[in-house]
Amino acid sequence: MAIFDEFPSMGRADLMDLKKGIDFAFSDFSRENGEAIEGFFDPLMFFMVWFEKLLMNAPWPLMILIFAVLAWLGARSIPIVIGTIISFLIIGRFGMWEDTMATVAIISVATFLCIGLGIPLGILMSRSNRVQAVITPVLDIMQTIPSFVYLIPVVMLLGIGKVPGLIAVCIYALPPIVRLTNLGIRLVDKEVLEAAEAFGSNYRQKLFDVQMPLALPNIFAGVNQTIMMALAMVVIAAMIGVKGLGVNVLKAVSNQYLALGIMNGLAIVALAVIFDRVSQAYGKRLQKHRQGGHGV
Amino acid sequence: MSDVKVSIKNLYKIFGPNGKDMVQKVEDGASKASLQAKYQHVLGLSNVNIDIPARRIQVIMGLSGSGKSTLIRHLNRLIEPTSGQILVDGEDVLAMSDKELREFRRNKMSMVFQKFALLPHRTVMDNVCYGLKIKGIEKVEMKERSQKWIDRVGLSGFEHNYPAQLSGGMQQRVGLARALATDAEILLMDEAFSALDPLIRKDMQEILLDLQEELHKTIIFITHDLDEALHIGDNIVILRDGAVIQQGSPQEIVLDPADDYVRDFIKDINRARVLDVSSVMKPGSTESGLELASNLVLELAMPAMVKADVTSANVMRDSEVIGMVTLADMIGGIAIPESHEGEQVTYR
Repeated sequence: MAIFDEFPSMGRADLMDLKKGIDFAFSDFSRENGEAIEGFFDPLMFFMVWFEKLLMNAPWPLMILIFAVLAWLGARSIPIVIGTIISFLIIGRFGMWEDTMATVAIISVATFLCIGLGIPLGILMSRSNRVQAVITPVLDIMQTIPSFVYLIPVVMLLGIGKVPGLIAVCIYALPPIVRLTNLGIRLVDKEVLEAAEAFGSNYRQKLFDVQMPLALPNIFAGVNQTIMMALAMVVIAAMIGVKGLGVNVLKAVSNQYLALGIMNGLAIVALAVIFDRVSQAYGKRLQKHRQGGHGV
Repeated sequence: MSDVKVSIKNLYKIFGPNGKDMVQKVEDGASKASLQAKYQHVLGLSNVNIDIPARRIQVIMGLSGSGKSTLIRHLNRLIEPTSGQILVDGEDVLAMSDKELREFRRNKMSMVFQKFALLPHRTVMDNVCYGLKIKGIEKVEMKERSQKWIDRVGLSGFEHNYPAQLSGGMQQRVGLARALATDAEILLMDEAFSALDPLIRKDMQEILLDLQEELHKTIIFITHDLDEALHIGDNIVILRDGAVIQQGSPQEIVLDPADDYVRDFIKDINRARVLDVSSVMKPGSTESGLELASNLVLELAMPAMVKADVTSANVMRDSEVIGMVTLADMIGGIAIPESHEGEQVTYR
C-alpha cells in the first residue's frame, strides 16, 4: 500500500505555512518586546562590561596574586597554588592575557548566576515530587538540545553580544547545579531530618541547619560541574559575540591556524583544570568532619 | 498509681490510601493479615489505649513490626494517626496547629534516636546546643546549659569533636545530652540503646537510671529487648501486630503473662533478678528471725536465707511485717510456669 512506502507527511505548502507562522510570530514578538527585554538585561550587561574591564585593566601581577590567594583559600595546597601561578605566567607569556581575563570574567559571572538561580530551583524541586516531575524534563532538554538551536531565538531577541552569550552559557551550565542540589537534599539522612522535626524546627531551620549543610558535598559537585560546562561553552558563546579565548579558537578553525588553535585551546584547558582542582579540593575540605580520627 | 502524663486513647494507624475507611473494618474484627490481603492496607496500630504515668519509665516493647516505633512517633506527631486521641497533660496533641506543635516539641517532649541522628557537621557542643538553639536561647546560657549536660553524661573534653570521631556509645550520650538539654518533661527514646553492643548498652542503662533518680522525667522507652525492658521499666506495655497485649509492672508481666506470646517472651529471662520478695509472699509471719525488705529481689533474698540458715523469713515494709516467705515459695516463683491451667503448652 502506498501509505507504507512513504510517510504521510504534511504537504510542502502546509509545512511552509506552519514554519512561517512560527517564525513571523516570534520575530513580531521580538520586534515588539526586544527592546524591553534588552532593557531588562541592561544592568547585567553593565556589570559584565565593568567586571571584564576590571579584570583586564588590573595590573597582571596583582591578578596573579589574587588568583594564587583564591587558589590557596580554596584548596590549601601548595602544588595547586604553584600550578595556578605558572599557568597564568605561561598564558601571559604567549600573549593571551586579555582574552583569558575576558573568559574568566564571563565564566565567573555565569557560574554565580547559575548558583543563584540553580540552588533555589533545586531546593524547590526537592520539596515536591510534582515540581520535580515538571523541571526534570526541562533540564533534560536544556542539556541535550544542540546549543545552536537555542542560540537562534536568543540572538533574535537580544542580538549579538555579552548578554545573549551569557544566557547561552547559563542554559547549558545550569542543569547540573539544579539536579545535584535536588539530589543532595533528597539524600539527607531521614533520621537526622526526623530529629530536627522532633526538636521543633521550622522549615527554615530544617533547610539551613540540616538539609543544606548535609547536601553540601553534592551541591558542590554541582558547582564544579557547572563551571566545567560553562567553560565548554566558551567557543560557542564566542560565535555570538562574547570576547575571550573562544574567539581565537573560532578564528583558528576558520583559517586553519593550527598553533593559534592549540594555544588558546590549551589555555581553556588550563583554566578548567585550575577551577576544577580548586573547587574539588574546597568541596572535600567541607566534609572533613565525615572522617574519623582527630585531625580537624 | 501516680498521675497520668500521657494518655493514648483508641489510637489507630492504618497505612494506605483509605486508612480512615479501614478503621471500621478493624473494629469489626479484620486482622492485620486479612486487611493486607483484602484491602492492601497495612495495620500499624490497632485500638491502642495506654495511660502513661508521670515521672516514671514506661517501656513499650515488641518485636520488629509490632508497631512500637510507629506508636512513639505518634506522641510528638512525627506520624499522624488515622483516628484516636493523644492527651499530654490533658492537652490534645492532635488538635494543635503547626505552630503550637512546634512549641510543644521544643518545650515538652524531646527524643533520642536509635541511630543517634546527630548532625555530622557539628561538634558535640553544637549538637547538644541544637534543641536550645531552635528554642532561641541566647548564646551564653545555651553553652552553659549544654556544658552541664555534656559533663553529666561523661563527655567532658570531647566538646569540640565531631560525631564521626566518637564511638557508638559516646555518640548516643551526645544524643541523650541533646534531648536532656531542652529540659523537656517527657523523653522519648526510640530503641535508643539497641544499636550499641551489650556492655555499652548496660552502661547506658545505668546512666539513664542514674539520671532518672535525680530528674524524674516521664520517659517513654521503646525496646525489643525484654531484659532491658524489665531492668529499666517501671511499667511495660507489650505490643504485637499493633495491638496492646499486656500492660503492667515487670513483676506482673513475669508472674502473670497474658498469653503464650508473652509467655514465650519471658521464658529465657532471669526471673530471680526481676521478681521481688513481695511477689511470692503469703500472709502470716514466722519466728525464724530473718527479715527481708519487700522489694528485695529473689536473687539476693535466697542467698541471704541460706546464709542465715533458715527456710522462712518475714517480709518487711516500713519496718512492719506485711507477710512471710519460705524458700520453697521462692523456688516456686523462679520456676518457669507451665501454663495458667497447669496444662502442658507447646510454644512455637
